[in-house]
Amino acid sequence: MNAELTTIKTAAEAALADAFAAARDRLPGDDAVAARRDAAFDVFARAGLPHRRVEDWKYTDLRALMRDAKPLAPPPDAAAKARAKSAGAITGDVETRRLVFVDGAFVAELSDLAGLEPGLTVSTLAAALAAGDAALTAHLGKLAPANDVAVALNTALMGDGAVIRVTAGATIARPLQLLFVASERSAASFVRSVIVVERGARAMVIESHEGPPAVDYQVNAAVELFVGDQAHVDHVKLIGEGGDALHVSSLAVAVGARARFNSFSFVAGGAVVRNQLFLNFDGEGTVAAIRGASLLKGRQHADTTLVANHIAPACQSREVFKTVLDDEAHGVFQGRIIVRPHAQKTDGKMMTQALLLSERAEADNKPELEIFADDVQCGHGATAGALDDELKFYLMARGIPAAAAEALLIQAFLGEAIEGIEHAGLREALMEAVAAWLKARK
Amino acid sequence: MALLEVKNLHVAIDGKEILKGLDLTVNAGEVHAIMGPNGSGKSTLAYVLAGRDDYTPTAGEVRFDGKALFDMAPDERAAAGLFLAFQYPLEIPGVATMTFLRTALNAQRKKRGDAELSTPEFIKRVRELSGRLGIDQDMLRRAVNVGFSGGEKKRNEILQMALLEPRLAVLDETDSGLDIDALKIVADGVNSLRSPQRSFVVITHYQRLLSYIVPDIVHVLSGGRIVKTGGKELALELEARGYAEYQEEAAA
Repeated sequence: MNAELTTIKTAAEAALADAFAAARDRLPGDDAVAARRDAAFDVFARAGLPHRRVEDWKYTDLRALMRDAKPLAPPPDAAAKARAKSAGAITGDVETRRLVFVDGAFVAELSDLAGLEPGLTVSTLAAALAAGDAALTAHLGKLAPANDVAVALNTALMGDGAVIRVTAGATIARPLQLLFVASERSAASFVRSVIVVERGARAMVIESHEGPPAVDYQVNAAVELFVGDQAHVDHVKLIGEGGDALHVSSLAVAVGARARFNSFSFVAGGAVVRNQLFLNFDGEGTVAAIRGASLLKGRQHADTTLVANHIAPACQSREVFKTVLDDEAHGVFQGRIIVRPHAQKTDGKMMTQALLLSERAEADNKPELEIFADDVQCGHGATAGALDDELKFYLMARGIPAAAAEALLIQAFLGEAIEGIEHAGLREALMEAVAAWLKARK
Repeated sequence: MALLEVKNLHVAIDGKEILKGLDLTVNAGEVHAIMGPNGSGKSTLAYVLAGRDDYTPTAGEVRFDGKALFDMAPDERAAAGLFLAFQYPLEIPGVATMTFLRTALNAQRKKRGDAELSTPEFIKRVRELSGRLGIDQDMLRRAVNVGFSGGEKKRNEILQMALLEPRLAVLDETDSGLDIDALKIVADGVNSLRSPQRSFVVITHYQRLLSYIVPDIVHVLSGGRIVKTGGKELALELEARGYAEYQEEAAA
C-alpha cells in the first residue's frame, strides 16, 4: 500500500512563505532576478526546512531547531546604526576596510569607501540589482548550490550584500571586512555577496557576523567567491553572533589554476550555527588550506559542513577543524572530499578534532572521501576526547593552577588551526578572543 | 623542624596497596637517596608527594614545612616549594617551552605574593640556566619536550627545577636513559643547587648517579616500606650485593 505523505508545514515554513509573498514585489532586481527568486523559493517550498532524515542535515535538524521564522528586518534606524559603530572588536587592531551592514542593509556612513586601491571596486547587491548590473548577474548564483535549501532561501530573499571586484594583477593590501551587525530587533536578514578576484590578484576578505546577546534574530548569509588563476585569496569568517541568534551561512568558492586559497572559520557565537563551505577546484596546481576553530558552550549548536570538490588535477587541499565544547554544547563537522575522474594527483588531507570539556557535550564528526581517480593521495582523521589529565597534572606540578593549566592546553589545541592564518595581526586577535572565551569560562 | 615528614604512609592505586606504612624525615639541606627494586613503590612515593589524582593515600600523614600536604592541590604544593622531576617528562604539543616556563614561574610567584618577573629579566635567567645545562635556545622555542631526546627531556626537567628554585626536589629516576655525559650535566645541575636551605630526595635504581650526587642518607625501599637506612656507603653495598635480601625481608 502506498500512502501519500502530506507534509504539514511548520510554523517557520509557513512564516517564510508569508515573508516571501509579502516581500517579493519590493525585493531588488528586474524580472529575470524575480524569476530566479521564484525558482529558488520553489526549491524551498518543495523540500521544506531540512530535517534529520536529510543526510546533509542529519545532525542539524533545522526543522526542529528553527521554531519560527522572523519577519524580514526593516531598514535600520538611527539608534541601530549608532550601536553598530562599536562593532568589529573581534578583529582587534587589524586595520581593515570596513563595509558595514546593519540587519542586512548596507550603511554607507559607517563604511569606508574612500580612497579605494587601484583595481578595487566595491558596490552593494541592492544597488547592483537595482541597476541591473550585468557583471553581477553573470556571477550571481554561479557557485552557490541551487538545490541547497539554505542557499535557495538566500537567493529568494536576498536584500543586500557586498559586490566586490579586484582586477587582474592588483594587490589589495588592506583586508576587506564585511561586517554584518544585527540590531536589537527580532528579525531576519538575508545577505548575499559576490566577490571576484581576477587572475594574479591578491586580496583578503574578512566576513564577520555579530549581534546583541539576548535577541533571537536570524541571519542567512551567502558569499560567492571567484578566485582567478594564480590569484591569492585569504577568506576569514568570524561568527560571533549573539547567544540567541540563528545563523546559517554558505561560502561557495571556485578556485582557478595555480592559485592559493585559504579559508578560516571561527565560530564562537550563536545559539544555532550552520557554516557551509562549498569549494570547487576548477584549475590545476592550486593549493588550498581550509581551517576552522569553534568554541562552544551552554546549549550552543554549531555545524560546519564542507564539500571540497576536486575537478582539476594536481591540487592540494588541507583541512583542519578544531572544536572545543563545554557544558551541553553540540558540535558537528561534516567534511566531504570529492575527487573527480580527471583530478589525478590530488593531494587532500582532512583532520577534525573535538575537545570535550564536559561529559554532556556532544561532538559528531562525519568525514567522507569520494574518489573517482586512481592516482591520488587522500586521507582523513577524526578524534574526540577530553583534556589529557596527565598533561594537566604535569602543568599543575609546576605550579600552574587547574584553570590556567586547562586554558593553556585548550589554547594549544586550537593554536594548531589558528596558527595557519597568514595575517599575523588577525592571528593574534583570534588568540585574544580564545583567551577571553577561556577567561569567561569559570 | 623537618622540611618533609612522612609518617606511616599507605597509598593505594586502583584499590591495590603500594605503599604500606612508609616513614621518612627530610631536614633542610639534606640529600636523601631512595633505592629499591622495581615495583617497590619508589615512583608511587614521588607521585603521591606531587599530588597525582589516582594515587590515594589511605592512611598516615605527610607534612611539608609543617603543613598537611594532602590538603594542598598539586599547584599549591609546587608554589610551597615542592618539585618533582618526572621519570617520564610529558610532551605538550602547542605549548612553547618559554611560555610554559614563564607561566609556571609567574604562577608560583603570584601565589607567594611576589611580583611577576619582567620579560627581559625572565629571558636573562632562562638563558643563563639553560646555557649551564647545555640546552640550546632552539629547544626553548619548541613545544615542551616535543621532539626532544630522552636526555634533553631530563635536562629540561633540571632547567625547570633550577628556574623554580624549590625547597624540596624529588628526582624520580632522573638518571634513567642518560648516557654518562648527560648524567654528569644533570648531576652538576643538581649539585649547583645544593644549599643549606634546599633538600633533595633522589630516587634511583642504580648507584651510578650517587657517585655524582653524593647523598647524606640512603634508604632502601622494598615492599612499600623503608627497610633500611644508612649513609652513602649503603649505596655501594647495594650495588655490590643487590636487593635480594631486602626483598625477602619485605616479603617476610
